[in-house]
Amino acid sequence: MIEIENITLQVGTFRLADVSCRIPRGSHTALMGRTGAGKTTILEAVCGLRTVQSGRIRINGRDVTHEPPGARGVGFVPQDGALFGHLTVRQHLGFALDVRRWPAPRIAERVDELASWLRLAHLLDRLPLGLSGGEAQRVALGRALSFHPQVLCLDEPLSALDDDTRAEICDVLADIRQRTGVTLLHITHNRREAARLADNVLQLRDGRIESTPVPEA
Amino acid sequence: MTQPTPATPHRPGSDRPFYLALGILSGTYVLLLLATLGADAFYTSPGHLWRALQSPEIRYAIRLSLLTCTLSTLLSLWVAVPIGYLMTHLQFRGKALLDALLDVPIVLPPLVIGISLLILFQAPPLRALERVFPITYAVPSIVLAQFMVACAFAVRTMRVTFEQLSPRPEQVALTLGCNRSEAFWRVVLPSAKRGILTAATLAWARALGEFGPILVFSGATRMKTEVLPTTVFLELSVGNLEAAVAVSLLMVAAAVAVLLLIRSQGITPSTQRSL
Repeated sequence: MIEIENITLQVGTFRLADVSCRIPRGSHTALMGRTGAGKTTILEAVCGLRTVQSGRIRINGRDVTHEPPGARGVGFVPQDGALFGHLTVRQHLGFALDVRRWPAPRIAERVDELASWLRLAHLLDRLPLGLSGGEAQRVALGRALSFHPQVLCLDEPLSALDDDTRAEICDVLADIRQRTGVTLLHITHNRREAARLADNVLQLRDGRIESTPVPEA
Repeated sequence: MTQPTPATPHRPGSDRPFYLALGILSGTYVLLLLATLGADAFYTSPGHLWRALQSPEIRYAIRLSLLTCTLSTLLSLWVAVPIGYLMTHLQFRGKALLDALLDVPIVLPPLVIGISLLILFQAPPLRALERVFPITYAVPSIVLAQFMVACAFAVRTMRVTFEQLSPRPEQVALTLGCNRSEAFWRVVLPSAKRGILTAATLAWARALGEFGPILVFSGATRMKTEVLPTTVFLELSVGNLEAAVAVSLLMVAAAVAVLLLIRSQGITPSTQRSL
């Protein structure tokens, strides 16, 4: 469960004041709204990448408002994947575990598990350059899931993909939810995507978040 | 007279005169560049070059130039990487002022930098330091004089580098459990590798050509504070134009090597646009 209580955010001249919402635990929540409405800013606040001027953010009951991003247990997949150009796919999947000083055999075990699940086994020693859009998104998802986060924040992960790849990543996202029970907060513009994946739809409009019915497929 | 109807096809005039005019204007400068390099090359002969390279003074100057340029480059990077990172990541009062201050060595006349250093080292604490560790008119003064200017160029390059890096990978690293320092070492610095190499080569090339501040702050003593530009100056002052040109050609070769190295890194002039 993510509880956002009356948060105020300021980015340059853009300001969101007194925004609140509740995202049920284990749900796949689509956050929709016009470009420039502040969806990404809210997502960044949940990840800990934006300072909240006032209000609170709780994740599964724990107040994380002033916790650094790395202590929140939130996986983040930005729009372009933001892979690390100098690391192999294997190093991406093991990155968060290496930071946590996991022993090498446990990291290897987890990397293999993620690789076979996300069908990345044949790409483990490749660098991001030259990966297809779908492959890059699967690596970004694997990297974000590697450390068993409670929440997975996705910023339009499908927007830059072609139709076939989009359908493939949709399947991966549905599978992730089923296997891990992670709470997914997913920014999207696409109503079909929301209809396919989400069981909870939030609309950010004029600085307010409203719950709306899940669109019909 | 018939008015052209909307259906009348329009033929724009030829582009040739436009390109011709621009070509002539651009060509003048390119020709001047080539002519000066050609003049250097034709003035000297392999014999002159060989004789210059045999001279113990010139050999000393080459060694000292290589040593001091490398030291001042390392010092420049040591400072430029943190400044570039902080100036990109932090917003604070007086940032614009600090930004302007960092450019001062680029716009200041080189002689003024030398004189300023000389005056600074007249201050009592630094004079006390010099009694233990001589700087003025000694080799460390050369490194310091080169560093003053080279570092400003390295700082510019590192700022452009960090500004052009997307903040996203660093942010992802933070969500994956890194603190700022871990994210810097694991993600930011490796992605800035090319920029660091460009900053290093630019700083090195600047340091190699530095003359004014070195003349004032380090003097021009043969076999002591003589670097390659000093050699050109000293040889010229005694009328030995052949040796001066031979040493100049050495520096041209070094400059071309640096340019090729920067280009081979795929760094185009547009990435250095704020230099």
